[in-house]
This record gives sequence, C-alpha cells and structure tokens, in this order.
Amino acid sequence: MSIKMRARNLLALGAVAAVTALSLSGCSGSGSSSSSPSDATSSAASSQAGGKGGALTVWVDSERASALSAVAKDFQKNTGITVKVVSKATDKIKDDFTQQGASSGGPDVVMGAHDWIGELVTNGIAAPIELGDKASEFSDVSIKASTYQGKTYMLPYAVENLAVLRNTELAPKAATSFDDMIAKGKASGATYPFLVQQGDEGDPYHLYPFQTAFGAPVFGTDSKGDYDASKLELGKGDKFADWLSAQGKAKTISTEITGDIAADAFAKGKVAYWLTGPWNVKAAQKAGIKLAVDPIPSPTSSPAAPFAGVKGFFVNEHSDNKLAATDFLVNYLGTEDVQTKLFESSAVLPALKTAADKAAQDPVIAGFQKAGENAVPMPAIPAMGTVFEHWGVSEAAILNGKDPQKTWSDLVTKVTKAIAKG
Amino acid sequence: MSITSPPQRTPELLTPGRTPRGRAPGTRVGPFLLKIGMLALLDAFAVVLAMVLVAKHEWVILTLVIVALVIINVVYLRKGLLPGKYLTPGLAFLLIFQIFTIGYTGYIAFTNYSSGHVLTKDEAVQALLSQNQARVPDSPTYPLTVVSQGDTLGFLVTDPDTGKAELGTTTDPLHEVAAQRQDGKAVSTDGWTSLSFSDVLGRQKEIFALSVPISDDAAAGTLRTQDGRTGYQFVSSLKYSDGTLTDSKTGTVYADRGQGAFVSEKGDALLPGWRINVGVDNFTHAFTDQSIRGPLLKVTAWTIVFALVSVASTFVLGMFLAIAFDKRGMRGRKIYQTIMVLPYAFPAFLAAMVWAGMYSKSFGFFNQVLLGGAQIPWLEDPTLAKVAVLLLNLWLGFPYMFLVCLGALQSLPGEVQEAARIDGASAWQTFRFIKFPLLLVSVAPLLISSFAFNFNNFNLIYMLTGGGPRDMDASIPVGETDILISLVYKVAFTGQERDYGLASAFSIIIFVIVAVISIVSFRRTRALEEVN
Repeated sequence: MSIKMRARNLLALGAVAAVTALSLSGCSGSGSSSSSPSDATSSAASSQAGGKGGALTVWVDSERASALSAVAKDFQKNTGITVKVVSKATDKIKDDFTQQGASSGGPDVVMGAHDWIGELVTNGIAAPIELGDKASEFSDVSIKASTYQGKTYMLPYAVENLAVLRNTELAPKAATSFDDMIAKGKASGATYPFLVQQGDEGDPYHLYPFQTAFGAPVFGTDSKGDYDASKLELGKGDKFADWLSAQGKAKTISTEITGDIAADAFAKGKVAYWLTGPWNVKAAQKAGIKLAVDPIPSPTSSPAAPFAGVKGFFVNEHSDNKLAATDFLVNYLGTEDVQTKLFESSAVLPALKTAADKAAQDPVIAGFQKAGENAVPMPAIPAMGTVFEHWGVSEAAILNGKDPQKTWSDLVTKVTKAIAKG
Repeated sequence: MSITSPPQRTPELLTPGRTPRGRAPGTRVGPFLLKIGMLALLDAFAVVLAMVLVAKHEWVILTLVIVALVIINVVYLRKGLLPGKYLTPGLAFLLIFQIFTIGYTGYIAFTNYSSGHVLTKDEAVQALLSQNQARVPDSPTYPLTVVSQGDTLGFLVTDPDTGKAELGTTTDPLHEVAAQRQDGKAVSTDGWTSLSFSDVLGRQKEIFALSVPISDDAAAGTLRTQDGRTGYQFVSSLKYSDGTLTDSKTGTVYADRGQGAFVSEKGDALLPGWRINVGVDNFTHAFTDQSIRGPLLKVTAWTIVFALVSVASTFVLGMFLAIAFDKRGMRGRKIYQTIMVLPYAFPAFLAAMVWAGMYSKSFGFFNQVLLGGAQIPWLEDPTLAKVAVLLLNLWLGFPYMFLVCLGALQSLPGEVQEAARIDGASAWQTFRFIKFPLLLVSVAPLLISSFAFNFNNFNLIYMLTGGGPRDMDASIPVGETDILISLVYKVAFTGQERDYGLASAFSIIIFVIVAVISIVSFRRTRALEEVN
C-alpha cells in the first residue's frame, strides 16, 4: 500500500469517525443514560390528562422491566401520568442513580434494594416517603428495612431470604438440626449431603444464619431499633469461628463451591440439602428436581436467622415530579393488585401482607416465608460496607484451615479500626 | 494482552513536500463529490447534535461542537491548507479521546468528588432539609384537597379529630371554613378553586414544597402533602437561614467552613455535602495515609515486575517462534502461523474468565485433566497466583510479539546476513550479533508500549483473580496479584464508599509513572539506533 493511498483512506475514515466521536462525546457530556427505554405510552392516556399528566421515568433492573411496563400501563390509564420504564443493568443502577440523580436527565423513581438506603441518604439522592397508615399493611421486616434514621425511604415490594432447598427424592424429611441434616444427607447417598455457596473470598451472606445461631449478629441496635455502627457485636462470634473451622475440616462447607457449581450439582440431583435463595428455585424445578423448602436447620439450640433482603422503589430527591412519583409509589405500587402482579413475574414473596398471604398458597413461597420468620434486615448503614470488606475473606481463611480464634479476633480488630476511622 | 497500536508516525506522512498546490477541483470530480458528501453528513450530524444540546441546555458543549464544525468545514472547503486537511481528523481524535479525558480526570483529582459529595451546594441544602422533615409522632392523617385563589395555593383539609373543614396557606395557618363535602371529605369552599388531579400534577413542584402552618404556634409544625390527596403534620429538625443550618433540638449551628459540607464548631459534618475544589489533598492523602501507603509500595513493585516479565516472556517466546517459522520453504507455514495467532483473536477478558475456570483447584482443567487430579491451589496461593497471571498473559501476548518479530525479521536486509554467513558466523552468532540488534531497533518502541499497556492491564487481573488471593495482613482489601490500576479500582469503587477524587489522583500518578518510564526508554532506544 503506498503511503499516499493510506493517508487518503485514513482521511476519509477520520472524517466519518470524527462525527461519531463528536456525537458520542456530546452524549456522555449530557449524562443521558437510557439503555433501552420501553416506553409505555398510549394515546388514551395523554388525551385523558389533557397533556398535563406529565411523565415519570422509572429505572428498573433488566429482569423486572417487562413486568413493570405492564403494571405502569394501568397507572397511566387511571392518572394520565406517562410512565417511561428504563431497563438498566442491575449492578449499574445504584452508582448511576447517585451520580446522575441530581442532573436534569435523572430518573424520578428507581427500583432498588434496602441495603442501598444508607448510601443514597448520605449522598442526598433519595427522598423520604410518608407511608402514613399504609405502613401497617406491609410486613414488619419490610418496613423495618425501608426505614433509615427514623424515616421511610423506600416503598417495599418484595422480601427475599435464604432457606434450605431439599431434594425430596433424596431426603424425604426435613432436618431438625444442622447435624441431623448432614447425617440425613449422608444417609441419602448423595454426592453432596449439604451445599452452601462460598468462593475464594467467602460468602458471609450465606453463612450468616449459622452465625446468628451462635448469637453473634453484626451490629447491635439503638433505642429506636436502628442499627448502630458503634455497637459492633461481631466479636461474640468466637464459638461460630470454631464451628466454622470444624466444618471446613469436615468438608461440609468449602470455599471451592461457588454459586454456579452448587446450582449445577443440585440440578443434576447430586445434592440433598442446599442453602440458597428463591432466585435459584425456578432453574432447579426446570431441571426436574422435586424439591421442598425448609427453614434453615440450626447448629445450636437458637434459631438460624437469615438476612432479609427487601426490594423496593425510591423517589429521587431532585426530581421535579416528586408528587406524581410518590403517588405512583404509595397509592399504586403499594396496592395488593400491583404487588401480586409483581410477584407473578418475580416469584419473590410480596412485602404487602395481603399479597403475601395470597402468594403463600404456593408451598415454595410459603417455605421461604416460614424460613424468614426470624429474618432480620441486612444493615443498611455505611459501616456495613467496611464489614463486608473483611468478613468474607476471614471466614474463607478459617474454612481453609487458618486458626479460627486468631483470624476472627483479627477480623473484629480490623473492622473496629476501620469504622472508628470513619 | 499486549495489543497496542504502534506509535503513530504521522508527521512523516504529512509533509506536503512538492505536492502541486491549488489544483483545480474540476479535474477530479469523484473525490470532490465524496468530500462534499462526507462533509454534508458530518454537518447533518452536528445539527442534530446541536439541537439535542440546545434542548438540554448544554451551552459549553454546544459551543465546542459549533467551533469544531466551523473549523472542519473551513479546512476542507478552502483551497490550500493541505497540512490542515491531513491533521484535522487526528487532532479531533486527540482532543476528544486524550486531552479531554486527561483534563477531566485531572480536574476531578483536585475535587472532593466522593460519597456524600456528589451534589451542588443548593441541592445538598434541599436534600438536608427534606431528610430532616419528621412527621409528628402519632399525628393524624388529613384528607386534603389542593385549592387555589389566583396564584395562591392552599390546602383544604378535613380535621380527622373534629371533622371540621379547615383552610390554610403558607402565610395563613389552618382555620375553619364552610365547605362542600363529599363522603365526609371537604372538597371545595367558596372563593377558592379546587384543583383536579391533573391540575395538581401541573403545579406539582409548588404543591410538593407547600407547607401550611397548623396553628400560630410554630412548634406545632406544618402540613404538607406528598401525593396531593393526604396531608401529614411535619416538624423540621433543621432550620436554614443566612447560609447556616441550625438543629432545632440541640441548637447546634452547622456552617459552611470551606470543607464541602455543613460543619459544626466541634467538627461534626452533616452529609450530604457538596463538591468543592480541595487542591492537592487527594495527592497528599494517597502518599501519607498509612493504610494506603503500605500496600501501595508492595503493589507498585509487583506491577513493575508483572509488566516487565509479561513483556519479556511474550517477546522471547514470540521471537523464538518467529525465527522458527521464518523458513520460506516450510510446508503448511500459513496454517501454523494462523494457529499461532489464534489467542490474539480471543477477547482478553473472556480468555481470563475461561482460564479462571481452568485454574480451579478441584474442578479445573489443569488439575483434573493435565495433572491427573492434583490439588494445586493455582489461584489460592500467593506465589502460584502470580505465576498463573503471568502464564495467561504469556498465552495472550505472544502472538502479538510473534507477528511483530516475523514482520521485522522478514524485512531485515538479506545482504548483511549473507555477509555474516560468508564471514563464517554460526547461526547463533548471526542471530546474536546481526539479527537480534537489528530486530531490536524496530521492535523496541513496541516493547515499551507493550510495557505501558501491561502496566495498566486491568482486564486481565480483574477477570482472572480479582486481585486475589487477599492479603490478610493489609488493612485495605488488597490482594497479592493486584496491580496499581486494580488497587485504584478497589480503593475507589468497592464497599459503600466511592471516592472519585482519590481515584483520579491515583490515575494521574500512574499516568506520570508510565510517562516517565516511556520517555526514558524511548531515549534509550534512540541511542540503540545510533549505535547501529
């Protein structure tokens, strides 16, 4: 290729690309972020509202987008408010919301999880929502989770917690205790009597039920019942550390088992008992596994209480449509009809009591509901992030044979120091 | 993977030399039309872009777009300006992708942009006031109708205790009025217009902000509505006046003391705060914070080792294979070469994920199939994890070096080699004293850019090990295979705290390190050329 030829081609290419580049830079500068808007506009709505209804932009994770679009259409019919559902990648929503919430292209309503609240409030992005008498219609754990520093910031729609999935062909009976579960699992002849997902860096969320059974929650609570960062109770977990070390040696819990490996083994019928969440049920049933959902068997005489994860909707503090947004949340998403519809698409226990009772006719949902009786909301305070940085790796180290007492006390020291530093 | 485009040598191509100036455009119609067409396309794009920008009130970017457009049009439509015609696209790219990015990163590095400091001051004040509106405990729910009289908005409520209809505005506390009712709820009163829901939506910003005093006693709080139908009694625990916030319970005064947040005299800050310039704070923080400085040294050392070994190993293997396959008469040479280049065609992050699975201790391909069920902790042991990272990078990177060396070898002057052979040099001697030095002259700049690339090879580390295994002794979550850029990512973006300012400062530091190393090395290679 001659130099002259190449230069000319480059030039042509450059001109075209420069345009694209310019338009790209323009987009990023304006901070627009719609990845795939599925606009739920209908002509009837705008005529009803006489064009005054306005529009709400709702950010939803990609899995729930279609369900919410359907629900939003009804709202639009009744109120004339157009709801634009924007599907976003699940792991991007929170950061995008904090960074772009205050800018002009920001969303009005965002779907999220309760453990974001601390961060969203610190950043001044989430607006408090007054539920009024409606609050009593939601399950206690969901309201507790949605409340931060005495104020509600989220309209809850679903509650998730861990439970034990039992392969009924291998293990026809529920286990009464952790040891009983291991014994029954072994007797069943399954490759894995019991599985719980871990990984190189551990998975404290999935081990938390056992930790609570040894009486060691992460944080204590203040007089209002809010989690208090200055009351770290992780230190009570020395007995749990010993137990964990013993499980590591006996290979009942292993860092080698990732979520994928566990799901695959259960789907192939190689697992008797599997400690996991509702999100794994559908795939297992599809693979033809007959399963039952049991409460988590405790290694001690105290109950094994999992974390409750509550999903819900936030209102953007800097939205111009806060009134419409609050109306959408409180008077629409908080109704039985809508909560049931959202449940049908997600198969996770609704937060609204009446919808939850209806959903619990399904034995799987009822199983999770029962397993979650003692569930406590995962702390949403920013100090929890510090705990998570060190918690899992320490547990993984104990499982892999490190001295349990020293590792656990090191963990407590590190977390205490980091929190004190703020 | 060491894919880095070879350094641009555009200036040599651009010298206009003795190109005849002012050639009549009519002589070649095709290219002229092509040029006009492309310009038209570009202008059309720019117009659309400008309209979007006007709608979004992005005046700065709009100005930039217009200026750029005018320059581009002038350069391509005027006769002459030949160097400009060649340079403009390159310059545009340089500005957009390099200067802007570096400039913006540099700007962020001098701000406190981080968790709790993402808003402007006004937005922070709004958020603080909103967060500190507490509903009066055990206060009733007021069924409410929004009414208006001219521009004045008011609330018509039904007192839930007494059942009386009451009206109030911002200035006028609630007082009893005669009202028409529907199902017991007061819906309208004489002299005031009741707003329908769509009217409410039309003025929702005002209505949301409207707060009506319950009584003359300010302590009783105010009535507000969040949905236009029900009212609740709120008291505010923070008062904003004269640029300070006062906690109405404790009396503590929070003022703007130049720290990007409202701070009390004792030093307690209220969050959210806002973004301010903090000068070199982020840089001093990076070097003086004990919890960062310790791991930083270790990580820097490993980063340099990682980049050096990656370049050296891929180069040696690539060159060896290039020499081995640089035989004209070899059968199936094309096929071998194609196979050799395959890893190069594989997306690096995908390869890293696949290799992570293959390295797994109990389930991985290496242990299970190649090593007969051995339990080698490839990614769990600190030393082995480093070896694993380097092995994968070797696999990913050698095809590039292979291609580069093959090309360079084939362009070596044959007469020098022939002269060496006639002088009786052995194959090794020919390679060591003739081929290799000549090869280095053309390949050395690529080695340097490959070094710079690997220095910031985030994909590989993040996807293969995530920086792990964790260094249990460190106070921040840093791992044994973390390189600088992945450390930056962890410090800035993991956990609940985000610190974009600090991350940008780190990026600038890394940029400086890489730039210095590259400049020094390029100087050296120039010396290499002179020797030859």
